[in-house]
Amino acid sequence: MTDFTSDAVRPPVNSTTAAVAASLGRRNRKQTIVKGLGLAAVAFAFLMLFILVASLVATGWRAFTQTHITLQVFVDPAAVPVERLPRGGFDDVLLAAVAAHLPDADLDDRATRRSVAAIVSNGAQFALRDRVVADPSLIGRTITLKVPVSDPYDQLRKGLIDRDTPEANRRVSDAEIARFDALEAAGLISAPLNTALITNADSRFPELAGLRGALVGSFWALLVCFVISFPLGIGAAIYLEEFAPRNRMSDFIEVNINNLAAVPSVVFGLLALAVFLGWFGMPRSAPVVGGLTLALMTMPTIIIATRAALKAVPPSIREAALGVGASRQQVVFHHVLPLAMPGILTGTIIGLAQALGETAPLLLIGMNAFITSAPSSPFEAATALPTQIFIWADSPERGFVSRTSAAILVLLTFLIAMNAIAIYLRSRFERKW
Amino acid sequence: MTDMRPLERIVNTDKAKITARNCDVFYGTTHAIKNVSIDIDDNTVTAFIGPSGCGKSTFLRCLNRMNDTIDICRVSGDIRLDGEDIYDPRIDPVQLRARVGMVFQKPNPFPKSIYDNVAYGPRIHGLASSKAEFDAIVERALRRAALWDEVKDRLAAPGTGLSGGQQQRLCIARAVATEPEVLLMDEPCSALDPIATAQVEELIDELRAQFSVVIVTHSMQQAARVSQKTAFFHLGDLVEFGETGQIFTNPQDPRTESYITGRIG
Amino acid sequence: MITFAFLLVLVAAILGYVMNRQAATAIRAGGGRLHSLAGYHGAFAALTVLVPLVVLLLAWVALQGSVITGLLLAGLPPEALDGLSDGQVQLVLSEIASLARGQVFGTPEPWKIEAAERLVRLQGLSGWLMLAVTAALAAALIAFARGRVGAEFRARQGTERIVSGLMIFCSTVAIFTTIGIVLALVFETAKFLSMVPLTEFLFGTNWEPQIPIRADQIAAEGAFGWLPVLLGTLVITVVAMVVAVPVGLMSAIYLNEFAPRSVRKVAKPVLEILAGVPTVVYGFFAILVVAPAIRGAGQALGLDVSPNTALAAGGVMGIMLIPFISSFADDALSAVPQALRDGALALGATRAETMLNVLFPAAVPGIVGGVLLAVSRAIGETMIVVMAAGLIAKMTINPLDSVTTVTVQIVTLLIGDTSFDNPKTLAAFALGMMLFIVTLGINVLALRIVRKYREIYD
Repeated sequence: MTDFTSDAVRPPVNSTTAAVAASLGRRNRKQTIVKGLGLAAVAFAFLMLFILVASLVATGWRAFTQTHITLQVFVDPAAVPVERLPRGGFDDVLLAAVAAHLPDADLDDRATRRSVAAIVSNGAQFALRDRVVADPSLIGRTITLKVPVSDPYDQLRKGLIDRDTPEANRRVSDAEIARFDALEAAGLISAPLNTALITNADSRFPELAGLRGALVGSFWALLVCFVISFPLGIGAAIYLEEFAPRNRMSDFIEVNINNLAAVPSVVFGLLALAVFLGWFGMPRSAPVVGGLTLALMTMPTIIIATRAALKAVPPSIREAALGVGASRQQVVFHHVLPLAMPGILTGTIIGLAQALGETAPLLLIGMNAFITSAPSSPFEAATALPTQIFIWADSPERGFVSRTSAAILVLLTFLIAMNAIAIYLRSRFERKW
Repeated sequence: MTDMRPLERIVNTDKAKITARNCDVFYGTTHAIKNVSIDIDDNTVTAFIGPSGCGKSTFLRCLNRMNDTIDICRVSGDIRLDGEDIYDPRIDPVQLRARVGMVFQKPNPFPKSIYDNVAYGPRIHGLASSKAEFDAIVERALRRAALWDEVKDRLAAPGTGLSGGQQQRLCIARAVATEPEVLLMDEPCSALDPIATAQVEELIDELRAQFSVVIVTHSMQQAARVSQKTAFFHLGDLVEFGETGQIFTNPQDPRTESYITGRIG
Repeated sequence: MITFAFLLVLVAAILGYVMNRQAATAIRAGGGRLHSLAGYHGAFAALTVLVPLVVLLLAWVALQGSVITGLLLAGLPPEALDGLSDGQVQLVLSEIASLARGQVFGTPEPWKIEAAERLVRLQGLSGWLMLAVTAALAAALIAFARGRVGAEFRARQGTERIVSGLMIFCSTVAIFTTIGIVLALVFETAKFLSMVPLTEFLFGTNWEPQIPIRADQIAAEGAFGWLPVLLGTLVITVVAMVVAVPVGLMSAIYLNEFAPRSVRKVAKPVLEILAGVPTVVYGFFAILVVAPAIRGAGQALGLDVSPNTALAAGGVMGIMLIPFISSFADDALSAVPQALRDGALALGATRAETMLNVLFPAAVPGIVGGVLLAVSRAIGETMIVVMAAGLIAKMTINPLDSVTTVTVQIVTLLIGDTSFDNPKTLAAFALGMMLFIVTLGINVLALRIVRKYREIYD
């Protein structure tokens, strides 16, 4: 006897099932709400990440081009006599070159003179000087020089200065805008790729500021960090995982390592300040001190990753090697360690990527000094990429806002690259036992 | 025609409670249950026996759609409870599982109090509204599971603090609290000591007055003790099904005989 | 000089390796049986040379600075340093050091010029001495190692013993680091407490660390009470938790129980990316986007919003902590035994009911541990607050106000002049000590909770 109504389930006849059926609607609604909230939470996290990246790109992409002006510069021997080199009136020579295109500018008026001179970047005169010093025969000739414009005009050309705001609130006056437009109409203005962002060291002029010092400083610091933390971390992990007897001392060491992994980074900075700079007297702001501090912070990460990789190697391998007559150290160094290497390297790269982004301890040892040249050794004062970002973020010039975002994008690119390498290593070489 | 008065349980001892026809279960590519057809009767204890890995637990889990929770599991065929197809897309498994309860091999009480363990099912299904009603349901379930006298003074104690046998009886109480029609038991005694086992077996016999009981067991002696009907599974096939006495004294299939005499399994 | 010394050590080690290996191979060739492989003899020699010499060089480099300074000070005319404070002595020393490097400022006194010349001589002497001692010790070690070569010599055991010692040393670096941190903090905090009483520090409600530089400047009284700074830390931490905990927990619940596998596969890496963004980037994000947005919204609502609100800094910190809490909660939920999930489902619970009534309560200890660790991270977080929070300490719990935190003060007090007798510098260390104690306490508590309840499910 199985008669159904065709489009409805036969009503249940048990008292329990009646009550259950009545509750189902409410309970399924509740489930939908829970699912909805959870999905909304995940979406919120995604949204935040998207806004973060989008705002960085939106503010930073402009810093990847820099407005330049191409000038025909007559190296006047009267202003730049060869006997006075490397000194000379290079700024006057440049002013003449610019003014040649601005016949209406009244150069006798001091304010106008200064304003016209300020169109070109402060560093242009040194670029000209370097060329003439390298080849003094240029004196008396006319050369083509392509130099950056100063920051206000760079902002103007990129549209970041609103021409409609009242003149008193603007960085550039109407007359200055008119002069710049004239230069633009003369075809002298261009905006090539801002390679100076990577090749120049820091400067207080945004148009000249670059990351070279910071990149080199970070490189040295990471190198020192790796050289110290990699062997120490692996040595400690091997000992704790393979050789240490299970006694109070080993437990104490493990507790210490786990605690160190959770100590705030600023406390490591205090340690570095008091011990490395204070007691040992190491050079302040040097990448070697930064690297040493980062090494102490990275060691727990490497130890934990190495121990996990060692644990993943099955005991059968160890037993086989012991059975052939290898000593315990030979078992570890000849058999277990090579098999665990991919996992160890992955963990190390991830640890180094975290170290690259660390800022607070480097601030405390002084790696936020204003350094205008890249360090040639790890013992010279330097900045690092994250501290450079911090310095630029604090700077008042508008040009530094986009440069800070650009520097962050450079940092993120490095991090993405390092993590991608780590993931590639893991997927390619990791064995599933 | 049977009397279809609403609100009254229809208990029919000569009609199958659960009918299964041509059931196949696949775990990925592995064919775990092959074309099984069987009738489970009301007020009867039906035992599923067979060597390990023969699929008896897998088939048991089809009867309350617990296999739905496993991604790679596919069930095909016709399984009906009181004539309704339980795999009909209009049926919510939640409803089904209020009518078909399950007790697992290893006792798994929730980390809540004894009272809350038993009251959980009725609470979520909205079967009671006042504290008095809940108290009554909890007491009735615990009495049915022969646990009331031992725990009535400590209903607020955690369920995980009981002994193994008591925990399993708590799980039985929890399962019967929703007044199901069928009780599925997956090797309920295999994690218990002999005394607790004996207590649970006694319970099963009392429970069949109210429910159909399907019990999976690896112990033939247990099957012989508690069940009226026995089904012998082997490598995914239902080899033989019949009255318990007949299966154990006069098996029809040679495979059944091999298993019973201990030559296989 | 130092590079030469290290090169010398390297060469000596290689020399020792080669010599011993040759000798061992010769024994083999001559028909004798070696206990250990020739390579091990060589390795034994190399390590015997390397380890003591590297230790010697590192100690020399670390200590020569203080030794030379001590000798220099001793050699100065006695009146030169009369009545000078520690800081002024430091100034004199650095002036002498600049003179020694050839940088002359103005017209220094003749005794300073003499001292500079002495300094140059001492530094040169130290360099040559180091080289000489290194060479002598290297020769002695090579000879010693060479003398041990013999058929019966257990070179492998010797080598392995040295390697074992090195590994044990590596393990103890963590202990040394902790000891270093504790000693540095305790030392400087003790100096601080000799200048500022403990009760004022712990219970004072005024934090204005402007210390007079000249003795006749008017000092600010009671300027080192840390309570407003602590309060600022707590306000920002609470804001961060208000953002991170609900979002983190709900996303963990969704990803653990409800998300299809494809969504989970994409969502988990994206959350990891959020966790991997450096905190200085989050700080910049806070001042670039979040703070202006909050100020704009506040002004539209007619509220009085300061430019660097606790809301901005705390909110961004919360965003940073979302993946932290989410992954801890996800792990805790996954660790709940499958049997409990099955038990609930078999009773006819919906997936939401199973999650909310059974799984989540069972996972609470692990989740609580994760939340505590997140709190610890929020308290110790530096860059976001340095960039987005304020500098003035105020006793307020209004998240729309500008507050300062312990970490901000540590950084601001130490950027710039850091002489170790200045109460400002020492105050930073005292704050660091409190930070260390609090975060350590929370971490220990969190680990204990997680460990205690993990035992239930084993």
